Amino acid sequence: MNNLLEVKAVSKHFGTYKALNRVSITVPQGSIFGLLGPNGAGKTTLIRVINQITMPDEGQVFLGGEALKNRHITDIGYLPEERGLYKSMKVGEQALYLAQLKGLSKSEAKIRLRYWFERLEIGDWWNKKIQELSKGMAQKIQFVVTVLHQPKLLIFDEPFSGFDPINANLIKEEILRLRDEGATVIFSTHRMESVEELCDDIALINKSNKILEGKLLDVKRQFKSNTYEVGLKTNNRGLLQNHLAEKFEVTQANFKTLGDELKLNIKIPNGESPNMLLEYLVGLGEVSHFVELIPSVNDIFIQTIKNNT
Amino acid sequence: MNHLPLIIKREYLTKVKNKSFIVMTFLSPMIFIALIALVAYLSQLNNDKIHIISVLDESGLVSDGLKSSDKIKYEKLSNLSLEEAKALAKKTKSYGLLHIKTWDSFNDLSNKVNFYSEESPSFAIFSELENQIESKLTNLNLEEKAIDVDVIKDSKITIDIIQENFEGLQTSKTDGIAKLIFGGATGYLLFMFIIIYGNMIMRSVIEEKTSRIIEVIISSVKPVQLMLGKIIGTSLAGITQFVIWVILGGVLMTVVSLVLGINLFDSSTPQQELMTIASEGKGVDFYFESFKSILRSLPLINLVIAFILYFIGGYLLYSSLYAAIGAAVDNETDTQQFVMPILMPLILAVYVGIFTVIEDPHGTVSTVFSFIPFTSPVVMLMRIPFGVPLWEQLLGFLLLIATFMFTVWFAAKIYRVGILMYGKKPSYKELIKWIKY
Repeated sequence: MNNLLEVKAVSKHFGTYKALNRVSITVPQGSIFGLLGPNGAGKTTLIRVINQITMPDEGQVFLGGEALKNRHITDIGYLPEERGLYKSMKVGEQALYLAQLKGLSKSEAKIRLRYWFERLEIGDWWNKKIQELSKGMAQKIQFVVTVLHQPKLLIFDEPFSGFDPINANLIKEEILRLRDEGATVIFSTHRMESVEELCDDIALINKSNKILEGKLLDVKRQFKSNTYEVGLKTNNRGLLQNHLAEKFEVTQANFKTLGDELKLNIKIPNGESPNMLLEYLVGLGEVSHFVELIPSVNDIFIQTIKNNT
Repeated sequence: MNHLPLIIKREYLTKVKNKSFIVMTFLSPMIFIALIALVAYLSQLNNDKIHIISVLDESGLVSDGLKSSDKIKYEKLSNLSLEEAKALAKKTKSYGLLHIKTWDSFNDLSNKVNFYSEESPSFAIFSELENQIESKLTNLNLEEKAIDVDVIKDSKITIDIIQENFEGLQTSKTDGIAKLIFGGATGYLLFMFIIIYGNMIMRSVIEEKTSRIIEVIISSVKPVQLMLGKIIGTSLAGITQFVIWVILGGVLMTVVSLVLGINLFDSSTPQQELMTIASEGKGVDFYFESFKSILRSLPLINLVIAFILYFIGGYLLYSSLYAAIGAAVDNETDTQQFVMPILMPLILAVYVGIFTVIEDPHGTVSTVFSFIPFTSPVVMLMRIPFGVPLWEQLLGFLLLIATFMFTVWFAAKIYRVGILMYGKKPSYKELIKWIKY
């Protein structure tokens, strides 16, 4: 698969403070790429470098194989975390202005805006001023303005903040649809459940350094610990638990079931097959629950950041 | 990609369509004219009042020298003591009591003339009184010393020096005053323009920061383009406002003076007063003639070109700094500490312009200040009506342009970093650091 965006060893200093330290990321064409990291890690600086708002001290950025140039501005749509609109300007005028800044002609921008306004059912806002709209409404307009010029690369920084669940879902659907139509998306957020749901690839930045990058599934595989959640119906709990602890690493588990079975997390040694554990368990009682424990993005995030400090 | 025209258009239209802008544009000339009319009307009311001054002249020599005018009437009192006279003056509500005691010698006149009144007399009346008494006493003194007053009058000579430069161009006193006024007006106009519209640019930058749209915008355009677009768009809006003010002001002035029968053009403009002083009542023809000679003596083409160039140069220089301030702060209250250092050279320029150019338009001080870029627009514009060599004008302009390029570069640096900084008021030290980012 082609890579749409390649960031190569980019560094950026602000005075003595190092905001980015030789950070490289690779964003495959047509993917949704999650850019994660704690507050102040350098995500926004990296995004600004990609947008040519900030110039890097070192390193290079390639978009579609070419070193980033001025004209690439029209290939990128950016929804910043700190966003707003001119308060006293009318919605339509404002959207037209911003679309023209991204290189669309006025007539083309009008046609596309009509399409999007209808699609998101906001057609009757055209002549309203931003100050008359609620925050969520303004966010919708901002979303439209970001995607209107059909950029190859879309960068969303916390796109769901300010939306109610219905509209958040609407926007999520739109992002997925844009991806399916060929756009590549960089997605920066602290909401791990939406990363879990949307992202194909992730990168984790902490203290100006990239500390993790890869396909979401690969990363999960890398972090899995061969641990299984087990529910076991038995009459003699204590005995059974001691018995198991001799052979495996066992901890108490906590998951919801209907019965009153013994709940355990059991880690099997590397190289062993889960079948071995299952066969063993079957001999001890009735197995009601047997699931491999997959690390969540949340767990990976917290664990990696902790290990990194 | 060049978005400059688009940005200029938006800045211009939002400014011009803004309600408070429209109100200000149409209301302020009306308020201004109303104020002038009011002042003119009130001063005329005041002028019509006749002040009666009671005179108690114990010497009997001075009072016949006091000539009543349309403003002051003298009423002579006799055979009264000072206390009685005071009481009478108070009772008849006269403006005041002038008391002249007898004197032994003209060398000892101190404390001989007194003026008593309810409130302090106006300056105009007081100096009128002093003038009249002085000339009467001088005549008396001359008579006592047996000097013929008429001889002195006859031998008095007045002279008008004809001014002419080496190329044979005639000028006159009136021209000199007109040049001063012309230079002063252009310099002052520039000063006002910078302050009003510089502030407007600053506010518009702050607005973009507080509404958080800035990052959306600069992901599409270069910050320098945005800054220049703002400066140019706001200036065009400013010029629009100015033109409307001038036209509306002129029309209103004419209408008001016709309707109220008050000559606004005559009553309060300092030009007219100075002209009157200079011409000393030589008649209407003189006005016309002197106007023509002023036009002839002013280097008009030079003036217009220099005005345009220096006005634009000076305005851009300062407005880029205003834009940088707007970018550096979060809200208007934080702007004070940064605006002061900008205002200082501007105010200095106006004062240097007014005081040294009057004194000597080609003296060292005014020449030097007409080269320093932060003061040159104002001072040079004030000097040019007096004739400034072309090379000096060009040098001043080149220095101005060079500095302008530097300030735009400097402002763009601050702007680029500042517009993305939120939450803290930067110090000067930090601003310097930003330039290195």
